[in-house]
Amino acid sequence: MERTFENDLSQIKEAILTMASLVEKNFKVAIRALVERDESLIDEVMRGEEEIDQYDVKINDMAILYIARQAPVASDLRFITTVMKVSSDLERVGDQAVNICKRTRELNKEPLLKPLIDIPRLAHMSLEMLRDAMDAFVNNKMYLVSEITTRDKDVNELKNQLYRELTSYMIENPKTITRALNLMSTSRHLERVADHAKNIAKKVYFMYEGKDISHQDPPVVSKY
Amino acid sequence: MSNESLIAKTKNVMPEETKKRVESEVQMKSLKTSIAETPEGTYATCIDIKKLNLYYGTKQALYDISLTIPRHQVTAFIGPSGCGKSTLLRCLNRMNDLVDNVRIDGEVLIDSKNIYNPELDVINLRKNIGMVFQKSNPFPKSIYENVAYGLRIAGITNKKILDEVVESSLKGAALWEEAKDRLNDSALGLSGGQQQRLCIARAIAIKPEVILMDEPASALDPIATGKIEELILQLKDRYTIVIVTHNMQQAARISDLTAFFYLGKLIEYDKTRTIFMNPTIKQTEDYVTGRFG
Repeated sequence: MERTFENDLSQIKEAILTMASLVEKNFKVAIRALVERDESLIDEVMRGEEEIDQYDVKINDMAILYIARQAPVASDLRFITTVMKVSSDLERVGDQAVNICKRTRELNKEPLLKPLIDIPRLAHMSLEMLRDAMDAFVNNKMYLVSEITTRDKDVNELKNQLYRELTSYMIENPKTITRALNLMSTSRHLERVADHAKNIAKKVYFMYEGKDISHQDPPVVSKY
Repeated sequence: MSNESLIAKTKNVMPEETKKRVESEVQMKSLKTSIAETPEGTYATCIDIKKLNLYYGTKQALYDISLTIPRHQVTAFIGPSGCGKSTLLRCLNRMNDLVDNVRIDGEVLIDSKNIYNPELDVINLRKNIGMVFQKSNPFPKSIYENVAYGLRIAGITNKKILDEVVESSLKGAALWEEAKDRLNDSALGLSGGQQQRLCIARAIAIKPEVILMDEPASALDPIATGKIEELILQLKDRYTIVIVTHNMQQAARISDLTAFFYLGKLIEYDKTRTIFMNPTIKQTEDYVTGRFG
């Protein structure tokens, strides 16, 4: 029979995983709204964001109550503190989905500046990083932590490349400035999602290994 | 293969340098029994337990315990009931001598002297190693006489010295303010928490080097427990404290080092921070997180 404190931990884990799947879904809808220029999807993102915020509050409440009741130590303490931080990162990924929708509304006021190729790629890379960070969380896959950190550098590089390209558009033709700035902001929001994925991965490393690597590169861990 | 047999094997076949390296690697992998260095500095050893085995009749209660307890630190012994932690604590001032049918192998060195040396004066040893028990046990005498008792039997009769020691001991045990106006009242009229602090005052009156505490706060309410814990933290500047506790949070709050015992064996010994944040051994993890025990 599962004991009460283990049952409480299972419920907290279930809540954070549900929150992660909501965040992922909302992010995908926001990208669809952007790429397909479909504003009808934005309302769905806004509703999803409310639900995500409620999960953040609920998870923090569950975690604080657990700490008060059980005074957890060792792996349980690391799990609880990690969950609270992961919840906060996920909530901020949710915010980025909303920010992308706001840029979409602005971008839709004018024709496309250029076909969207790099931005969906950036979105895909960030989303995969987020998925892998949660996979590392659930399945103790420490090799993913260093992989995610490396991929974050690729995401930054792609964002910087986009910035350079959009800057050249603006220099060539000042009429493109509004659209280029909106695309720059969008790429910045996507790059922030990758940052949150990296943060989550590093916190997951602390949860399993007991070592804080917040401000350093994670050690490379073999997949096998 | 045990570490000892591995080390023994290396002695016969390897060149000296390789032998040393292999020996040190094997020892590094073996159980940590001494926490010699921390980022804060180096610990001086106070108590050194070496390969201690204890038997109650034919039943073995402690298995090959080796452990170094540093001076002026609080070391906590934790583990489920019957794991041998209290038995080990009682070995440190030879309280087990008072139990029938006990046999002890191994050594306990306090300041490098083996306390199981047959020529050692046990009375002197116990003067140097005070003990506080789970249930407070003041003598049915006045508060003053309880604290002065140890000094009187040591032959001190000078009233001025007795007064001074009683005052400093009661202050040291954070009881002076509550007891100074009723020194001649019976100690049995004090509350449970006050009685326990009186027992600590009585222990420190004879200026021991080590204080052993066997669940000193388990019968007290949270406020009295808090006072005892605060007191332990103050006392560690002057005394080496070894405490047995079932209260995991208490060990986490007040101790510098923690030793986890299970079925008479030392399972893990490390800085308290490590034991409660990231223990190395799974059994320790399971115990501190409440998954067994």
